[in-house]
Amino acid sequence: MKYESQKVAKLYFIAAIGLFVGQILFGLIMGAQYVIGDFMFPEIPFNVARMVHTNLLIVWLLFGFMGAAYYLVPEEAETELFAPWLANLMFWIFLVAGAATILGYLLVPYATLAELTMNDMLPTMGREFLEQPTITKIGIVIVALSFLFNIGMTILKGRKTVVNLVLLMGLTGLAVFFLFAFYNPTNLVMDKYYWWWVVHLWVEGVWELILGAILAFILIKTTGVDREVIEKWLYIIIAMTLITGIIGTGHHYYWIGAPEFWQWWGSIFSAMEPIPFFMMTVYAFNMVNKRRRNHPNKAAVLWALGTAVMAFLGAGVWGFLHTLAPVNYYTHGTQITAAHGHMAFYGAYVMIVLAMISYAMPLMRGREACNSARSQSMEMWSFWLMTISMVFITLFLTGAGILQVYLQRFSDNPMDFMVVQDKIALFYWLREIAGLIFLVGLVLYIASFFVGKSEPEATVELAK
Amino acid sequence: MEKSKWPPGDLVIWIFIMAELLVFGVFFSAYAFTRANHVELFNTYQLTLDRNAALINTLALITSSYFVVRAVAAIRNDNSQRCFHWLLAALFMGVVFLVVKGAEYQHHFAHGVNLSTNTFYMFYLSLTFFHFLHVILGMVILIAVALKAKAGGYSASEYTGVETGASYWHMVDLVWMVLFPLVYVMR
Repeated sequence: MKYESQKVAKLYFIAAIGLFVGQILFGLIMGAQYVIGDFMFPEIPFNVARMVHTNLLIVWLLFGFMGAAYYLVPEEAETELFAPWLANLMFWIFLVAGAATILGYLLVPYATLAELTMNDMLPTMGREFLEQPTITKIGIVIVALSFLFNIGMTILKGRKTVVNLVLLMGLTGLAVFFLFAFYNPTNLVMDKYYWWWVVHLWVEGVWELILGAILAFILIKTTGVDREVIEKWLYIIIAMTLITGIIGTGHHYYWIGAPEFWQWWGSIFSAMEPIPFFMMTVYAFNMVNKRRRNHPNKAAVLWALGTAVMAFLGAGVWGFLHTLAPVNYYTHGTQITAAHGHMAFYGAYVMIVLAMISYAMPLMRGREACNSARSQSMEMWSFWLMTISMVFITLFLTGAGILQVYLQRFSDNPMDFMVVQDKIALFYWLREIAGLIFLVGLVLYIASFFVGKSEPEATVELAK
Repeated sequence: MEKSKWPPGDLVIWIFIMAELLVFGVFFSAYAFTRANHVELFNTYQLTLDRNAALINTLALITSSYFVVRAVAAIRNDNSQRCFHWLLAALFMGVVFLVVKGAEYQHHFAHGVNLSTNTFYMFYLSLTFFHFLHVILGMVILIAVALKAKAGGYSASEYTGVETGASYWHMVDLVWMVLFPLVYVMR
């Protein structure tokens, strides 16, 4: 760690991990509700559990992205953060607002929450993933603007690297597209149309720039490969990402009432979205193979390579599975979507945040380069446990989805939704078991921060 | 100059070119399959296209590609100024393409044609417009290369940038060479 102010990232990372735990617990509750319908009812109804599960994911990833930015921007810009106090202040505002929102979901009925927060004045609630009360959304905008100001000023006064500029572009896009959360037209087609400008243009657009920039930073730090080589790849990857991702938004416009040409545009361009992910995999492994040094933080390198592979599989391959309009005609809104969503979010965004935490946290806790061998070994166990169980969650949901599509939509005698849900219950049980193993991995991950603290750092020889 | 490097230009532009060709390839296949199911519709509306304009554009792009080749040859002879001039000539042909294509669009839009008019126009507008954007991107790349050439940034020993720009421009040309017969001529 070169600059004192990079340390503000620590709070963000700790909060991110804490919320991650909450997300997984609610995921498990919901997974159980798939097979035991009244599990924890009426305290935690399914719709509330789902809302908490998805909202926590988004919020903790945002904490992770902000932490990553606060850590890497000063180091890339070679200057202290513009205003560390602002970063600390915004952290507490964001955490309190986030916690209050989640408590609101859990403690009062959603309609009451809408009344309490005066949703009538500027109605924005009630839409999937954007369930937050309007006042929380305004809070998110304030936090995002202060954050961008802080990061932007730091970049302006320091060295301007490609990594920083791509990151800033991604973060700006994140803030700009979130503004469409406030646009709530009464026409349902228009509503859905612009809703995707937040949801899709985040995860299949600007977030990928953030992913690319963080990955590039970690690769520069851990492999010692020339910055110029890594930057060239980064340019081409983000160009492909934006071209395919932006027009690829069309794969959400097939059946919502948008013009028909979107079936062609959406199919063709979104089918190309795996390409930049594939390029990212090739480049990550290439850079590690061409490394000029063996970095002793093996765990961080593992997460970085892991994210490249899993993002390609989850976002690329599993996305392609159901992106073509004629296929999506049958698979739309089935468990296939859930399978894709799980592996894509884990592979692309969870793992990159964990990679950054893995790289930066030891340095912020006073280590020279990395944690002790024992701590790293435990972290790598957690990597494999979480990653493999996520692969199984994805496979079980894919199995459930294929069966669901067939029984409910494709066979000669299509069955009702709930009848089909009963028939695919076995897959839901298996998914829940895989989810429990994921939780074990997560517990190990957290434990890895506390073991081997008094032991010396792993060295390259030991880490080899 | 003797040892010719393969592929010419930067490797990364070739990854980009391959990805671009893949997208256009998929789009052309989609066109072909859809046309097979609506031959009459496609034949009818194909007649509303301006084949002469497209022919002029074909010649403009081929000529510009030739100029780009001359630009690469010039820099191989260490002649930066001549390289710059050939690139300007290529860019001029690019402008000709954009103007002619723009006039075609104006004609169609004046008749109220849009992406939802029918399947043929959907393909015609999509394919030509994506190609149109590529011509613009190719020109931006050529302008960057030309400015660097004018400033003496390339030499007979180091001209990767010129080859990189040229490779991309030839791709833009190549795509049109398929697009023109496929959409305008073939019946």
